[in-house]
Amino acid sequence: MTRIDVRKTYKLYVGGAFPRSESGRSYVVEDAKGKFLANAAQASRKDARDAVQAARKAFAGWSARTPYNRGQVVYRIAEVLESRAAQLVDEVQRGEGETKRQAQASVEATVDRLVWYAGWADKLAQVVGGTNPVAAPYFDFSLPEPTGVVAVVAPQESSLLGLVSVVAPVVVTGNTVVVAASAERPVPAITLSEVLATSDVPGGVVNVLTGPIGDTVPTLAAHMDVNALDLTGVSDPATAADLERAAAENLKRVLRPEAAEPDWTLDPGLDRMTRFLETKTVWHPVGI
Amino acid sequence: MADKNVFDYAPAPESRAVVDIRSSYGLFVGGEFVDPVGGRSFKTISPATEEVLAEVSEASEHDVDLAVKAARKAYTRVWSRMSGRERSKYLFRIARILQERSRELAVLESLDNGKPIKESRDVDVPLAAAHFFYYAGWADKLEHAGFGPDPQPLGVAGQVIPWNFPLLMLAWKIAPALACGNTVVLKPAETTPLTALLFAEICQQADLPPGVVNIVTGAGGTGRAIVAHEDVDKVAFTGSTEVGRLIARTVAGTDKKVTLELGGKAANIVFDDAPVDQAVEGIVNGIFFNQGHVCCAGSRLLVQESVADEVLERLKRRMATLRVGDPLDKNTDVGAINSAEQLAKIRQLSEVGESEGAERWSPACDLPSHGFWFPPTVFTGVSQAHRIAREEIFGPVLSVLTFRTPTEAVEKANNTPFGLSAGVWTDKGSRILWTAEKLRAGVVWANTFNKFDPTSPFGGYQESGYGREGGRHGLEGYIR
Amino acid sequence: MLKPVTPPPSSTAATAPSPAEPADLPVHLAEATGSDAALRRFLHGLPGVDQVGAEARAASLGTRSIKTTAKEFALDLAIRMVDLTTLEGQDTPGKVRALCAKAVRPDPADPGCPSVAAVCVYPDMVGTARQALGASGVHVASVATAFPSGRAALDVKLADTRDAVEAGADEIDMVIDRGAFLAGRYQQVYDEIVAVREACGDAHLKVIFETGELQTYDNVRRVSWLAMLAGAHFIKTSTGKVQPAATLPVTLVMLEAVRDFREATGRMVGVKPAGGIRTAKDAIKYLVTVNEVAGPDWLDPDWFRFGASTLLNDLLMQRTKMATGRYSGPDYFTLD
Repeated sequence: MTRIDVRKTYKLYVGGAFPRSESGRSYVVEDAKGKFLANAAQASRKDARDAVQAARKAFAGWSARTPYNRGQVVYRIAEVLESRAAQLVDEVQRGEGETKRQAQASVEATVDRLVWYAGWADKLAQVVGGTNPVAAPYFDFSLPEPTGVVAVVAPQESSLLGLVSVVAPVVVTGNTVVVAASAERPVPAITLSEVLATSDVPGGVVNVLTGPIGDTVPTLAAHMDVNALDLTGVSDPATAADLERAAAENLKRVLRPEAAEPDWTLDPGLDRMTRFLETKTVWHPVGI
Repeated sequence: MADKNVFDYAPAPESRAVVDIRSSYGLFVGGEFVDPVGGRSFKTISPATEEVLAEVSEASEHDVDLAVKAARKAYTRVWSRMSGRERSKYLFRIARILQERSRELAVLESLDNGKPIKESRDVDVPLAAAHFFYYAGWADKLEHAGFGPDPQPLGVAGQVIPWNFPLLMLAWKIAPALACGNTVVLKPAETTPLTALLFAEICQQADLPPGVVNIVTGAGGTGRAIVAHEDVDKVAFTGSTEVGRLIARTVAGTDKKVTLELGGKAANIVFDDAPVDQAVEGIVNGIFFNQGHVCCAGSRLLVQESVADEVLERLKRRMATLRVGDPLDKNTDVGAINSAEQLAKIRQLSEVGESEGAERWSPACDLPSHGFWFPPTVFTGVSQAHRIAREEIFGPVLSVLTFRTPTEAVEKANNTPFGLSAGVWTDKGSRILWTAEKLRAGVVWANTFNKFDPTSPFGGYQESGYGREGGRHGLEGYIR
Repeated sequence: MLKPVTPPPSSTAATAPSPAEPADLPVHLAEATGSDAALRRFLHGLPGVDQVGAEARAASLGTRSIKTTAKEFALDLAIRMVDLTTLEGQDTPGKVRALCAKAVRPDPADPGCPSVAAVCVYPDMVGTARQALGASGVHVASVATAFPSGRAALDVKLADTRDAVEAGADEIDMVIDRGAFLAGRYQQVYDEIVAVREACGDAHLKVIFETGELQTYDNVRRVSWLAMLAGAHFIKTSTGKVQPAATLPVTLVMLEAVRDFREATGRMVGVKPAGGIRTAKDAIKYLVTVNEVAGPDWLDPDWFRFGASTLLNDLLMQRTKMATGRYSGPDYFTLD
């Protein structure tokens, strides 16, 4: 006798809770072989708006945490993710149609990526900030600060390593994020949400939307309370240009997509962090 | 209601049961505890009770040689070849185990060192873990640290640390060394070896490859053997200026890279517009934190003459609330002096202070009959020429001097061969920065004192040593 | 209504706060109160308070470990310092009578349990409270002066005060005009406190600052001195209607102020943190702070109070735990 599995309902992750889509809609997710995997929640414009609100609400607290604390929290994500590795290997393998070995390498690289970014939390300011030797009796220094709420379109192909590679650099510096997960491969993003919910990450710091990108991303690009937009997962140049134009309305910082999805196994460098930082310079007189 | 004002804090001792001290310890070489070749040993005691805690091995020159060999082997075969990413994960493991076993480490530290449990629990151990956490993150980012595109480790680091912050100093030494790809031979101080030996067990728990960390216990001779060993590429020392000078002579003419963190006689400058209650806290914290066994202690109070009386009155009132006693009691503010030898030195210099004409004051406090104790003490009427204003006492003894103008304050503050740290207290921002700019000291605290953080470089000018520990700067001593 | 039979507060006349006439002040302090400009010079000449340092000191006092006999002592003392408070639009005579019964005998199961210091109500409930408390020794405290916002004309505030005193209040908890303070009209704030103090007659005056609205510790130190110069018997943090209410660092700064004021004038002023102190553990942190900052002289209901409602039951639960060794539950203590 075979046991009948208890299947899971796949939901959104907004403000630390797991709501169904406000629209009540879901869409069918298949594995790489075209076999039914799940009915994932199909996020709507309203869900996108709720997610931005949650991200904004979380920003003050998250950005005020000490970098050391943010580093610890991101490291904790790595620890909890590692403990769910077997499940994720299975999900990545089915969704991306890889061999088990490839999927395993991808999950391991994901954990290591989180560890790498965790370490940056309390180091970046020393690398990109500093004092400025102005020619007057002033003490003058510059330091990086997070931009605010960042909307991210996650890579469409690399559903876990790619996703973490775009989310971790944004949040480790103190931003909060609304991420549109890979539309066709959302399952690892939902599992990641469950990892985030159980690893000391405050609700609202990371908000995950699933569903066709066209349903939510234009709303995010135009939203006046979003400060930056990462278009990495937008493959059509014309769409990317439209979104960038919408983002211009409140001068969002925009990261344009590359011609093809990047190789996520390479050293990421600092760019994905520094893109979503502002530099603040402080002048103070020196005198008796 | 005659007894209405009696709010005596009942004893609140932290439990000793959390630590399991062995009766004797070997040396930690090549990932295992081994007996010393010569078979010699010494006892480590609790300075609060003079109770013997354990028998500890004394490493001879031969033992040091074996430890260096183990470190060299681990360096060549494993550690220098390992990617930064994997080294990083070992250091994160160590950081986490330090957090997990924090209470045990805190109790052991207080037992062996005599410092109050509230300090070992809230300062030493969390900072030690944070240090590993911080440098763990550097291990895979060294090319971003500003020391060239392809920084390389030095090899085997010989490290000798003092007894005032045994575990924390170990962390300051081992974490950056390992992050950069070096292996280490470390000697803890003769009077405080136990947390380093527990750290050795933590390395085992973390499955750190054998030989990456070697702990050899012993006294001055063991330290000399490490410093002089020809296969040691780097010497890192924290301790007295006297020993620092000997080390600098020993390594002269060799290829060894050296960092020295030595003594100090820090000025804590209080201007007339200082936030006075917080300044008093800063003065207290500056000199009575860790019984004044702090190289960067604010041992010279320079207070503006116009507020000197008021500041002193407040200081004395505050000192009267300090609780001196059992280091394991959670309400103890000032613990035991670390050793009989150190106590004798503090007593001697205090007597010199009196004979030179300074006025000595301590609050009334009952000191335990066993162990090594010295009450919080303040000397007023001290001048620049007094020995207690020039020599490092390394105990809970504050010398008070006055000044009239900012320039005079800075001149007096800088009038010392040391240059480790200084404090500035004023509500005026520009004066803080002016004073900080003029002070010849490696760390300047403004409206605070004795603050430490893994991201913040620490080290001295002049005879307080050279090199910096902590922060991005702390990597420099361990890479080429 | 009768005037209170016993002069406030309960303990001997020797320890009762001496009448604080501004005229008693040393010359340099008396001269500080002539005008807005004079008050500004004085108040802004007080030493600053460094926020980080003050909060670190409070946090450090909060780590004191109070056990066994010290805890027993502290719990009973804290109970005796409670101003058991109900300040709701829905208050009724029934509710106030119940609260008074609780105030006199907090733990019906244990006659050894001390009474609280006072019951604190709105002026229209003072008569009811007076009657219910009788000669129990528990004081009646009343908020007044257009509590909690203080936004009314001075004569209305004075009438409010007199009304409460005539109804039998032993203690008046007034609010200062925060708008005037923040606008720098220090003399107006001062004069109002002096006037209310006069309207209090024999009743003791507690002056509420609403420190959550003043925001900085520098302001807390200044307003503390302002109120003490004007003759306050007690200085009090908050109404309980504004967040944040009492905090340990705010109370620490006020305790430093009363300590320094005694040094300067020889006169003692009490301190009352109110609002947000809900657990026995928190209350003990405050007592430690009183002990180590102002000194043991303030460890007395005449000189330190807690404005609280839910705190009392937690103190009682901890007290029972000390006696029985078992943790208790809320079902074993009366609601009011």
